[in-house]
Amino acid sequence: MSRSIALLICLVGGLTMLVSPFLPMATGWANDVTDWFNILAAMAFVLGGGSLLKVQLMRLSARGPGWGYSAVTLLAFAVTLWVGLGKVGVVADPSAPMVPWSGKPDDEGSAFWWIYLYVMTPITSTLFAVLAFYVASAAFRAFRAKNLEATLLLATAFVILLGRTFAGVVLTGWLPDWASGLRLENLAVTIMDVFNTAGNRAIIIGIALGVASTGIRLLLGLDRSYLGGDA
Amino acid sequence: MVLGADASFLNPDKVLLLVVLAATCVCIVGSMLAARAGSVPRIRRIAGLEAVEEAVGRATEMGRPILFVPGIQDMDNPMTVAGITVLSRVAGTAAQYDATLDVPVSRSLVMQAARESVQAAALQAGQPDWYDPERIRYITDEQFGYAAYAAGAMARDKPAACFYMGCFFAESLILAENGNAIGAIQIAGTAETAQLPFFVASCDYTLIGEEFFAASAYLSGAPDQLGTLRGQDIAKALIALALAGGVVMATIEVFSPATAAESPVEVAP
Amino acid sequence: MSGLDRRWIYLAMMLAVALPILWNGVTGKTFPESPTPPSQACFDAIEALPEGSRVLVSFDYDPASEGELAPMATSFMRHLMHKRLKPVVIALWPLGPTKAEETIASVIKTDFPDRVNGKDFVNLGFQTGNEGVLKVIGTDFRKQFPVDRSGTPVDRLPIMEGITKAGDFPLVITISAGYPGGKEWVQYVSSSNPGLVLLAGVTGVQASQVYSYYPGQLRGMLAAIKGAAEYEALVSAAIDGDRVTAPKYTEARRRMAPQLFGHLLLIALIVLGNAMYFAQKRCKAVAP
Repeated sequence: MSRSIALLICLVGGLTMLVSPFLPMATGWANDVTDWFNILAAMAFVLGGGSLLKVQLMRLSARGPGWGYSAVTLLAFAVTLWVGLGKVGVVADPSAPMVPWSGKPDDEGSAFWWIYLYVMTPITSTLFAVLAFYVASAAFRAFRAKNLEATLLLATAFVILLGRTFAGVVLTGWLPDWASGLRLENLAVTIMDVFNTAGNRAIIIGIALGVASTGIRLLLGLDRSYLGGDA
Repeated sequence: MVLGADASFLNPDKVLLLVVLAATCVCIVGSMLAARAGSVPRIRRIAGLEAVEEAVGRATEMGRPILFVPGIQDMDNPMTVAGITVLSRVAGTAAQYDATLDVPVSRSLVMQAARESVQAAALQAGQPDWYDPERIRYITDEQFGYAAYAAGAMARDKPAACFYMGCFFAESLILAENGNAIGAIQIAGTAETAQLPFFVASCDYTLIGEEFFAASAYLSGAPDQLGTLRGQDIAKALIALALAGGVVMATIEVFSPATAAESPVEVAP
Repeated sequence: MSGLDRRWIYLAMMLAVALPILWNGVTGKTFPESPTPPSQACFDAIEALPEGSRVLVSFDYDPASEGELAPMATSFMRHLMHKRLKPVVIALWPLGPTKAEETIASVIKTDFPDRVNGKDFVNLGFQTGNEGVLKVIGTDFRKQFPVDRSGTPVDRLPIMEGITKAGDFPLVITISAGYPGGKEWVQYVSSSNPGLVLLAGVTGVQASQVYSYYPGQLRGMLAAIKGAAEYEALVSAAIDGDRVTAPKYTEARRRMAPQLFGHLLLIALIVLGNAMYFAQKRCKAVAP
């Protein structure tokens, strides 16, 4: 019974999203369905947070390998929650000066703003920057001229790598105007504009059809693995 | 909702889109019905999916866990749904082999869906006691916070097999390179075109774009699901024909006398 | 040389990036930039707008992508202010409004202190819903953004007069790091408003995806830090001429030196890796 209700919700929600753009009378229906999903996702935060606390507390109490990381996680969770909910260090909004908690939790100078600026921003920037190292090790390990296609790929990579920097200007900037298309920076643009675009469009068309096919399988109830396996 | 006197039933700007959508649906549903009637298409081997059992078996032999990452987006993303589908199959195989399966997730709803999926897979495999809900846990919504957890888990737990099936962004290379560094067999699948090169460079098998969406049909083997794959290909062929027709018409227009008369440049005959 | 410890590679990359940054810090020199068509198109699109036009600017990134996208945001804001255009700032990412406030503080409040919040610029903040936000603003902008970031109703803001939907803006700029971003703006806003001019500043990884939409649905595009450096050079040439540009408006060009040496290192690693591969292959062929 519960599975049938879930399938019905999937069908009704999916058909609404499908039909809404085409019928003027149903213009806002898709947005309403999206809003319901957002509400569900927000409520599910509680489940996720509860799971996080439970798992990390279990690891902390078991003192298994890596329990220190669990302690850090729980401490960061508790501090950020307290600082955000309690609006620690938040100055009253000028429109309501008598209400101490009227300011926004992320106003400049607040503890929440401080955590964002001095903890979150450097950490996320650092992790993003780590990608540069991984790209280098992946390039060293994986790019081999094993066959003709791989060699063409490498040549293209060299053109792009050089064309997107000043090296491209130095190496081919001397070419006359009638041969400007062969300058590395212009070649890089041509490769991105023509070859990359063509390949990307082809993949995108395939992906779009794959999404459509997956959607139809889900709407018709053929694929029920998201519900927990076949009936 | 009250319709005005001059309101039309259909949005006139979207009629062409509706025609394309209807044609695509007809192709897919028609092929599905044909497959049900007995005309089941033959699907080519998808190496990444064939390797699932090999990867799970390797993890069991080595006594190390399997890591499954269903992407970092929520259940409203079709890639996440496709990832959960593959998860159920991997979980079924892992349950049969009694291998440890870790599924850290980035969204709470995905955690719930993944738990139900894995539990059902364990039941279907006849191993209800194998299922441990704490193995499927929520980490954080924050992209790099999740990537940091996954990288740390790989360094500590050293999984023998890593599956990356879903929607990924910049963290894809962090996951794949860390998996490569610990010597795990890695199978990835995503439709994010920007991340495909990173997975192809670092993983042993990669499901590219529509191969990933075909995974659920491929793994189930059900005729009507396989039929939808043929419908996809028919729709793609029609799109290719339309593209070719458009290219021919645009080329003819460039060289047509009317265009030549308007153009200040001499056009070759 | 059967294999190279990856930590040597990491060290080499660290030096390739760090040393040019230090060199630039000491000398202040940057490489000259000549614009490519997508960057030039961004510049021309803004130059073509009459004074007083409202421009919708969407900050769709977070601190992780700040290195690549903040210089674009700064240059866009500077250009808009110089042309006396009026940016209406929104965000589809939760940390976008904070990034927008930082840009507003460093550009508008510092160099254009005469501009009035609510009249010459405004930050309407973040709204959850990803592409759902874009679908709503296509028909009813004020329903999705009823107040600005400080809580003032949009109906009371002079800058928002006459704006009812996204199509009322002559120009939309999205500075995006992923999802939701440039692709969603093309799919849900540009496609529904054929006359709307859309510009996108995107990260390098996203550029390959978004190139498919240029120059059709996207009038112009800044692809990665290179595009940012080209656009920055155009804006500096137009505003500063021969005068020295303030350092905060040369951030993208300063990052081109580390990019150059990083790319050269990648090429060297690829060549080295292939040399090792072919040498091993030869050894195996020769060995009995």
